[in-house]
Amino acid sequence: MNLRILKALLHKEVIMMRHNPIIPKMIVGLPLMALLIIPLVATFDVKNVEVVVVDNDHSQLSRRIIADIDASQELAVKSVLTTHLQAMDLIEKGEADVILSIPPHFSRDISQLDVEANGVNATKGMLGMQYVVSSASSTLRMANIEEGLPVPSQASSVLYRFNPTLNFRHYMIPALMVFLIIMICGFLPALNLVSEKESGTIEAMNVTPVSRITFVLSKLIPFWVTGLLVVTVGMLIGFFVYGVAPAGNIACIYLAAILLSLVMSGLGVAIANKSATMLQTIFVMFAFIIIFQLMGGLFTPIGSMPEWAQYITYAVPPRFFNEIMRSIYLKGTTIFELRSQFLWLTGYALLALGVAALTYKKRA
Amino acid sequence: MSNVVEVTDVSKAYGAIQALDKVSFSVKEGEMFGLIGPDGAGKSTLYRLLSTLLVPDSGKLTVLGMDTVKDYRALRRQIGYMPERFSLYPDLSIAENLNFFADLFGVSVKDNYDLIAPIFSQLAKFPNRPAGKLSGGMKQKLALSCALIHRPPLLLLDEPTTGVDAVSRSEFWDMLAGLRKYGITILVSTSYMDEATLCDRIAMIDHGKILRTDTPERLVAGLDENLYNAVSANMFRLLAGLRSLPEVIDCYTFGATLHVVGAESFKADEVKRKLATQGIDDVNIYPAKGVIEDLFIKLTRNDQE
Repeated sequence: MNLRILKALLHKEVIMMRHNPIIPKMIVGLPLMALLIIPLVATFDVKNVEVVVVDNDHSQLSRRIIADIDASQELAVKSVLTTHLQAMDLIEKGEADVILSIPPHFSRDISQLDVEANGVNATKGMLGMQYVVSSASSTLRMANIEEGLPVPSQASSVLYRFNPTLNFRHYMIPALMVFLIIMICGFLPALNLVSEKESGTIEAMNVTPVSRITFVLSKLIPFWVTGLLVVTVGMLIGFFVYGVAPAGNIACIYLAAILLSLVMSGLGVAIANKSATMLQTIFVMFAFIIIFQLMGGLFTPIGSMPEWAQYITYAVPPRFFNEIMRSIYLKGTTIFELRSQFLWLTGYALLALGVAALTYKKRA
Repeated sequence: MSNVVEVTDVSKAYGAIQALDKVSFSVKEGEMFGLIGPDGAGKSTLYRLLSTLLVPDSGKLTVLGMDTVKDYRALRRQIGYMPERFSLYPDLSIAENLNFFADLFGVSVKDNYDLIAPIFSQLAKFPNRPAGKLSGGMKQKLALSCALIHRPPLLLLDEPTTGVDAVSRSEFWDMLAGLRKYGITILVSTSYMDEATLCDRIAMIDHGKILRTDTPERLVAGLDENLYNAVSANMFRLLAGLRSLPEVIDCYTFGATLHVVGAESFKADEVKRKLATQGIDDVNIYPAKGVIEDLFIKLTRNDQE
């Protein structure tokens, strides 16, 4: 490797980046947009669950249950109807999410309440049902206490550790950095490299003293730098905008980010080496990125996947980065406790870079 | 004088297609050597072999005394290669492209400016224009400047004038001629037969085989015998008419006229009379001077027979 040549190549990359009308804006715009907007929009907290009540009891107690539901933050009583058929009609029209049926003589017999949820939007239905059940049972408990009746046994208590309010943003910001590193360190160098093939410039490069490793490095270094900048900006936005600061060591976060950058850029270069056109590169990269995003534990917790799929996630490098980021951010876990994740990532980094170096041919 | 390029029995196949079939030739130091042949003849493959981008299936290529397979690293510092496709960075400006190539080879533009000055002077007027926005002829001048910036003793030019207008083409050849006083050996390929006469020696290549290698003058010598021009108001009918005659070996369009290759029995007056019986009575037949294209047609005709 020749440092003078590397410097010349890097200088060229910087000039080309400056001349490029879109990419520099994307590099600034994408992380800002992702970090400023997505945590606000992509939230799993369910609000405004529309409840229809079929009240066959018309008692003081049933009216109290309905009033308490309407008063709760997450729930709104859409209407109180007399037949189940009417309620189903509203569900079918998509105007209601949950039906609460209060049977006749409920207040006298304290019989069962019937709760049904619209499963089309599974998350909303599931959570809405839980909210309705807990609201109704707390109303009943209060009523029993007031009447001096025996109180039904306390429902199990739930306490969320490390993220006590279950704030989705604490969970989302580390995850978004994964997404940004995948995009910036994986996609951009791959496209940059294959564009040299498409434009034919690589042919002229190949008949110069530029060695293969120097050429590939000149493509990767700018995006490694960008990747680390994005992580820095991400942490700053997390702190100043959302008040989320890493509980653990920032150096560990950078180390993990560097390792994931190496993995993604190695993969990108390997794919670019094997494809002849931008279109091929984009398609293959997308295939990897979709798997990485969906199976990396970014959206679906790995623990909730079927067992066979959990094994597959070991082949998904961002999985380890996700674990590292969340552990360091939320729990302040040390690098020693995360050693197996770091080792996995290091292994994948070496593998990806090895494949990238082997697939690059200077001869046609 | 030693040979700068020595190609011995080189073959290269892409799958079932034999791109080059036992090709041999050599280029002397300081020579302008032309590789003439139609598209698909194997010229670009030969260039890719010479520029170390490809490895031959068999045979040996020695360039500047170095083997293109073993010594490719050292060789890449020495040759100036201009691929058929424009291969400079379109987003970089003229000056940025030139500086970049100078940096790659570790030379300064200033030290070597004398070599490229005649080529680059037109471009130097707008150094900040992106290379991608230049005209075809300007692009070629810039590419040649970039290929020359490290003073290579050998210049490999793969179809440098393809797709360039006639004026720029002749300018380009003038520039190549100007480079010869620096002792640079030039290997240039073209599918324009008229450019062949501008070379010291040429190799005619078709279907992966070298047909002839010699100076253009010696190659066309003797071609004039029994070669005629024929013109008429209706060229198409004339072509069909001539081809139907037994004393005509071959007849093909050549610019605004037809070239007629006559057998020994060919007599212009006799042919005119025969054509008149077919209703073609305004024919003018006169002797033609043979050029490389005629030789090419002759050689490929013999090949087919």
